[in-house]
Amino acid sequence: MNDPVGLAGTGHPEAGPRGTVPAASVPPDLPGLAARYGLAPVGARPPLGAYLRELWRRRHFATALARSRFVANSTGDRLGMAWNVLRPLTQAAVYGLVFGILFGADRPADWVAFVTCGVFVFGFTSQALTAGARAVTGNGGLVRALRFPRAVLPVSVALQELYAMLPAIGVLAVIVLATGEPVSWTWLLVLPALALQALFNLGGGLLLARLTADVSDVTQLLPFGLRTLFYLSGVFYELDRFPDPYRQIMELNPAHAFIAMIRGAFLEGRAPGLSPWLVAGAWTAVLLVAGLIVFWRAEERYGRD
Amino acid sequence: MTERPPTVVVNDLHVTYRVKVPGRGRRTTREVPALRGVDLVAREGESIGVVGRNGSGKSTLLRSIAGLQTPTRGRVFADGHPSLLSVNAALIGDLPGARNIVLGGLALGLTPRQVAAKYDEIAEFAGLGDFLQHPMRTYSSGMQARLRFAIATAVPQRVLLVDEALATGDAEFRERGEERIAALRAQAGTVFLVSHTLAEIERSCDRCVWIEGGRVRLDGPASTVLGAYREVTKSGRLGRLGRPGRGRAQGGGSA
Repeated sequence: MNDPVGLAGTGHPEAGPRGTVPAASVPPDLPGLAARYGLAPVGARPPLGAYLRELWRRRHFATALARSRFVANSTGDRLGMAWNVLRPLTQAAVYGLVFGILFGADRPADWVAFVTCGVFVFGFTSQALTAGARAVTGNGGLVRALRFPRAVLPVSVALQELYAMLPAIGVLAVIVLATGEPVSWTWLLVLPALALQALFNLGGGLLLARLTADVSDVTQLLPFGLRTLFYLSGVFYELDRFPDPYRQIMELNPAHAFIAMIRGAFLEGRAPGLSPWLVAGAWTAVLLVAGLIVFWRAEERYGRD
Repeated sequence: MTERPPTVVVNDLHVTYRVKVPGRGRRTTREVPALRGVDLVAREGESIGVVGRNGSGKSTLLRSIAGLQTPTRGRVFADGHPSLLSVNAALIGDLPGARNIVLGGLALGLTPRQVAAKYDEIAEFAGLGDFLQHPMRTYSSGMQARLRFAIATAVPQRVLLVDEALATGDAEFRERGEERIAALRAQAGTVFLVSHTLAEIERSCDRCVWIEGGRVRLDGPASTVLGAYREVTKSGRLGRLGRPGRGRAQGGGSA
């Protein structure tokens, strides 16, 4: 019988005398029925390529979400948007003062600009990773209500942190200028450096968002990890202090590489060397690819139990 | 013989929640089966009421059909992307309703231009007036329901899942919601309606599914199923909550 629908009728009034049909009498071959009418499995994770295309289609969602959140976050406190700059600024003042006194004459000559660059650049990644870890778990309302590729959320967080970084970079430029550094063409390198760092943050955010969704304890450990990284990244000292094998190893730290890139661009006498760019570029490429794949693989699980 | 094409096929659907239970000394993880083998076929133009007591698996069933809950076993097939309207999702509470309209539209895959074109219609349907500028977390549950309903139905889908979303609304909103449901059915769409207001199901549904202990207990014409359901609830033969059917809260093991 060519009746693909397999009537056994789910009890539709038109199904005739078997008005009240117990569930047992639904058609025998349900997957076959679905296939004949071209019904697709719901909630199934698309292949990576299709997933990335879906993600690209939601780019307006990602940017609009980042902008809305950025504005909303900045209206909560009395000083609002200014905190995006005041936070790293007070941090730089504290570390600058403490380690300035501690190191005494041993500190780098361009101390104020040196520390400020370090704190601002490290803060960018630190903030972005902290927020990225909560990108999925902190958006339960959206995730439970609407269907969209979840990678939009880490992307939007990375963008939001980039928006917050832009005014901070402006202030950083003013500080650098005030300490007597001359304006130079190398300042232009700040923009690609920030773009690369934002992509690095995205890769890290994707990984951490997945990890946090799997094991919520990650958010407890993350601050310690970031703090350790902070002290290892040459925020307030130069790696030259260390003997040879150690110095080379420490130069492979991506956080140090990003700091070195910005210092190389802003500070005279610190030539924008190629090696931090290579280190940062390699880390970014690896983290971004790994982050996308790792995040995508758990797509079906976010926001569910 | 003609039968209308299916829009949703639910095949042997099992969903088991893992619940961490804080205990003395160590924390245990209990497995709570919410759905235990549901088979269901919904067809074009059908409006299906879903009844059952609290915790019987109604919401889990709808979340699974929407693709928001991964089956432990079995599968759900559907035409397009069913959109779910439930009472307990607040979108982005910190942002004003107006931003939620835009973001919700974009999240559903509309372009910024399409969102702009639909904005007025959505805002009008939500009927929130000046409250649209207030953060969504300050809304009453009825106001939240209105806004979510307006957003989710702005992108027409073939399958609409309504989980008590009309329950918190006022009479006017319910009426408009029911109108939208009727319009969707007229375009050969399918509607699932979870409600404890049996009269609402009687009004809007021709078919009804009764879920009990994670299984389909009865599936048929709304009048028949509702009649049987009323009789059993009245006589109190369903037993105590928390011990429904065959061992819903059983399981165990430690983590």
